[in-house]
Amino acid sequence: MSAHGHGTEPHAPVFTAAAARAELDDILSRYPTKMAALLPALWIVQRERGWVSEDGMREVAELLELTPAYVKGVVTFYTMYHQHPVGKHFVQVCTTSPCNVCGAEDVVNALLKQTGCGELGVMSPDGKYTVIEVECLGACGFATPVMINEDFIDGVTVERVPAILASLE
Amino acid sequence: MGYPHQPHERETLVLSKHFGEAEARTLAGWKQRGGYRALDRALRMEPAQIVDIVKASGLRGRGGAGFPTGIKWSFMKPGDGKPHYLCCNADESEPGTFKDREIMRWTPHALIEGCAIGAYAIGAETAYIYIRGEFTEPIRVMEAALAEARAAGIIGSNAMGSGRKVDVWVHRGAGAYICGEETAMMNSLEGRRGNPRIKPPFPAVAGLFGQPTTINNVETLAAVPDILVNGAEWYTKFSRPDNPKSTGTKLWSVCGNIQRPGNYEMVMGFPFGEFLHEVCGGALPGRKLRAIIPGGSSVPIQTLDEAEGSLMDYEGMIAGGSMLGSAGCIVIDDAQNLVKQIARLVRFYAHESCAQCTQCREGTGWSQRIMERIVAGDGTAEDLDTLLSIADNMTGKTICVLSDSCATPIVSGIQKFREDFEALIKRRTMHPVAAAVA
Ligand SMILES: Cc1cc2nc3c(=O)[nH]c(=O)nc-3n(C[C@H](O)[C@H](O)[C@H](O)COP(=O)(O)O)c2cc1C
Ligand code: FES
Repeated sequence: MSAHGHGTEPHAPVFTAAAARAELDDILSRYPTKMAALLPALWIVQRERGWVSEDGMREVAELLELTPAYVKGVVTFYTMYHQHPVGKHFVQVCTTSPCNVCGAEDVVNALLKQTGCGELGVMSPDGKYTVIEVECLGACGFATPVMINEDFIDGVTVERVPAILASLE
Repeated sequence: MGYPHQPHERETLVLSKHFGEAEARTLAGWKQRGGYRALDRALRMEPAQIVDIVKASGLRGRGGAGFPTGIKWSFMKPGDGKPHYLCCNADESEPGTFKDREIMRWTPHALIEGCAIGAYAIGAETAYIYIRGEFTEPIRVMEAALAEARAAGIIGSNAMGSGRKVDVWVHRGAGAYICGEETAMMNSLEGRRGNPRIKPPFPAVAGLFGQPTTINNVETLAAVPDILVNGAEWYTKFSRPDNPKSTGTKLWSVCGNIQRPGNYEMVMGFPFGEFLHEVCGGALPGRKLRAIIPGGSSVPIQTLDEAEGSLMDYEGMIAGGSMLGSAGCIVIDDAQNLVKQIARLVRFYAHESCAQCTQCREGTGWSQRIMERIVAGDGTAEDLDTLLSIADNMTGKTICVLSDSCATPIVSGIQKFREDFEALIKRRTMHPVAAAVA
């Protein structure tokens, strides 16, 4: 299942599918409380739907016996759950100081320009890209690290940007 | 992908011996390299015996605080009738630090083995490895290795045929630096917002799910198998003769403006100057090293003189005006605007504050705005005093030390590189009205 950019049926239930339900049951068996399965369950929703909608939160809340408001409180705490649809290729660039001194801001600018996004956090007109700056990705010796959906690319330079974008369909 | 450099002859390879060897990731490959002998031995010992060996080895926490691991383990009381938990901290989000990532990518079984030994030693049947959400590759590698270890009966309800239950699971984070703080991590694991908890109670009394819990960093746990196989005394020899308080080898992540960034495994007490110039190759062509943050972004900035005079262990780094921290060494050269980089670190902390404590929530925000104003050329002469006063209010007054960590680069930066700040402030053009009156 490809991540991100599922324009269709973003609000359809996820765990009515047998495979997703079995995956959740397996996860539940690892913890003494249902609540502990919350982050993993939200990851499954995001993988299947590309983002975590209010309906997704409600579904998870019901399964884990939590309130939707509680689930929303958790979702909004973490930066990696998308609360709205994002471009098919969600591009995250680290610009924290260690990468910053190695030219990370130039990489961001090249990406913004060449994807057509123009601005941080804004989806490109063709819906293909969203570019954001993120804090340290734990790969500072491989500056500049860029994450595109679930793929991690080390050592991105301005010169490498065109080839990286070309490799995405 | 790949390990970025060949090992340097002055490194001491223990943890990183098999970095870059793809076969070491598989169970068969790991066993060929002597893997799981330590666990097999451990499961046939009394938990207290293991704790004693780890105590005698002098191993200290590699997550930042350097607390003696054996002593931490001894706070747990196996057999008290309660479920115990081990949490392995693989949140690795401290700017400058990227060593746990390489341990998980290259030697996942070393970590599984360390987790299983640790869990058994503290009387836990379950260990969770909390990995930051962005570490997709390390997560895949760890999951694959865990599946292999589980299928082979190395972990599970009858670990290595010992009759003991030791389960190890990966738990994926979702983007939040604060979840590296141990009590925030436990909240996050429980399915809550990652807010740090007030201590006491300490985790060994009431931790994960309210039960006795030990939290250890990836590198700490990965170091345990070799200690069990080779003995505590072997480990204590990796130290300088005049300092028995820091033992073992330590992975140093080096990044920023340096010839050969990457991870280096050094014996405790190695001279930092030789490390930077010789092992890591020194400054980029035509540049000079200027400021060093040796232990991750939360430790005081060093001048080059301080760094060159330091020894790479817990005590040596304090003597050199900083701290060992998580050994994530950030090198900044003379081509950088140092104040801008400090401001960028402050922005990091402002972004990552969980906002529970007022001093942190407000202090990180104010500090960021003032720092960015100075960088933009709009700083005033009073700004430095204001920054120091805010920093004072952010230090030692909050539930966790994220707040203190934000103050550290500001205070050490102003102390040691005041001229950089003043140069930016002097550039400020006078207000037109003031100029007309003058
Ligand atoms: C804001 C903050 C972030 C932290 N991040 C990490 C981290 O990413 N990894 C880590 O191992 N320890 C981190 N720590 C330290 C942990 O709280 C804890 O001391 C450590 O995991 C204990 O393991 P050790 O004794 O093996 O070092 C952090 C602490 C604070 C206050
Ligand atoms: S600062 Fe960019 S990955 Fe750490």
